[in-house]
Amino acid sequence: MTVVIQDLSYAYPDGDWALRDVSLRVEQGEFLSIMGANGAGKSTLCLALNGIVPQATGGRIRGNVTVDGMNTKEHPVATFAQQVGIVFQNPESQLFSATVEAEVAFGLENLGLPRDEMQDRVGWALDLLRIDDLRDRSPSQLSGGERHRLAIASVLAMSPKILVLDEPSANLDPTGRSELLSALKDLKSTAGLTVIMAEHESELIAEFSDRIAVLDSGRLTKLETPERLFSDIDGMRALGLGVPQVSEVAACLNRKFGVGLNLTRYQDAHRSLRALLNAR
Amino acid sequence: MCNVWFSYRDGDDVLKSVSIRVQQGEFLALIGQNGSGKTTLAKHLLGLLHPREGKVLIRGEDIHGKPVGEIARRVGYVFQNPDHQIFSATTREEISYGPRNLQLGEAEIVRRTERAMERFDLKVHAEQQPATLSFGTRRKVALASIYAMDPQIWILDEPTGGLDWRSEQATMTLLHELNEAGKTIVLITHDMRIVAEHAKRCIVMSEGRVVAIDETRRIMEQAGVLEITPPQVWRLACAFDLQPLSLTAEEFCWEYGRRLATESEISVSRS
Repeated sequence: MTVVIQDLSYAYPDGDWALRDVSLRVEQGEFLSIMGANGAGKSTLCLALNGIVPQATGGRIRGNVTVDGMNTKEHPVATFAQQVGIVFQNPESQLFSATVEAEVAFGLENLGLPRDEMQDRVGWALDLLRIDDLRDRSPSQLSGGERHRLAIASVLAMSPKILVLDEPSANLDPTGRSELLSALKDLKSTAGLTVIMAEHESELIAEFSDRIAVLDSGRLTKLETPERLFSDIDGMRALGLGVPQVSEVAACLNRKFGVGLNLTRYQDAHRSLRALLNAR
Repeated sequence: MCNVWFSYRDGDDVLKSVSIRVQQGEFLALIGQNGSGKTTLAKHLLGLLHPREGKVLIRGEDIHGKPVGEIARRVGYVFQNPDHQIFSATTREEISYGPRNLQLGEAEIVRRTERAMERFDLKVHAEQQPATLSFGTRRKVALASIYAMDPQIWILDEPTGGLDWRSEQATMTLLHELNEAGKTIVLITHDMRIVAEHAKRCIVMSEGRVVAIDETRRIMEQAGVLEITPPQVWRLACAFDLQPLSLTAEEFCWEYGRRLATESEISVSRS
């Protein structure tokens, strides 16, 4: 299931253009991260992927977004519910049930699934997000991070082909982030899940992304692999964006010793730095 | 906080015998996994929640029974989710709300509001409805609102979550300026890179209990036991047995560079 964004420009009602001529193709099973300074258009782009932008938001739109060949402007948002699952930046806006379990089951009830399958999917999603022990609690009693995990579980239980996450690291602890993204990586390889993630946390992005799209004032300015993108620290800083700590280390050692390192992920950094010591 | 116990209605204990002491002018990080009780602890320092048992004292005074508004003169709290804090129709109104509640004179309210808007580059959004601003800008509005109240103690719940690198740097610079001016900073965060680079001391929470209080370097040394993940450079320094272990990328480059130079010398002398 491919997502094709073609010459997309969008402005909120009475607002300036939030997206400008964005063109991008995301293949099935790809993990694409979207980086950009605050206000660069990341969330708007996420919401355009199932038609919330512009169908619920109004405003002006040019260009197209198609999911599996279907234009998101031409079909109701609900049409895409089973294909594109979106977890909002502020998950509280999507939680409303009395218990954690009921929240995860809500979307499945609307699909009219058999009871056994529904229970299996609820259990699987609660387990995956490590909130199984909270299933009888009210969402209002959960911490910020637990609520975020609940929102992700509710969306994943629907088995979307494309998962869109808007800044998952803002509320999750490091263990929760790594576990979530490792689980998504598995789903990507076993079920062909496509993941599109708007995020600032460069180390998380470096670890899991196939490609990174960088937005600047609504324009797509870079579309690169983590290795290429994070080797240009000055370019990233000029856009107001960070890089993994190991990329800073590489830049510093390259400056001092001219060793030509390009480091983006911890494990690779460990190997390369060990090899450099052994070579001396 | 002395031996504080707390549970939400009909729930399990969220704080279990929590005792901590924060000194004036400290830069302290409060860390722990989701649901460990960090935010609940912080809300006790503000008088938004009251202990079932135990006491919360600010400058030796028990805050139980004191109006939240009075505590807010001393303790400023920046919420994890700025939307829990912002409710006014415009950015200017939002930032002036706190000083107005402190019953300051009109001229002082205007002065503080303008100064806060300038400090956070919000003048351009002064008449805009905060709800229409981006998440990062709403966070700046939340910070500016507390800045305008000029409290002695700042408690910030994940203040850099959702911020881009430039805004994160600006926020941390602000916190250092405040700290250097004698303000107490309590930073609740998951970002161990920020903790390593900025906090002098850490309180680690797990399942409602304080499991460690120590200098940041000592906390990183106990990372395994405390189930925290130190920054990448700390882990690399451990892997290469560098001493002292590195809290920042600069420290790592220095120590690793020394090792690299030593290995080269050894290699030259061998050959």
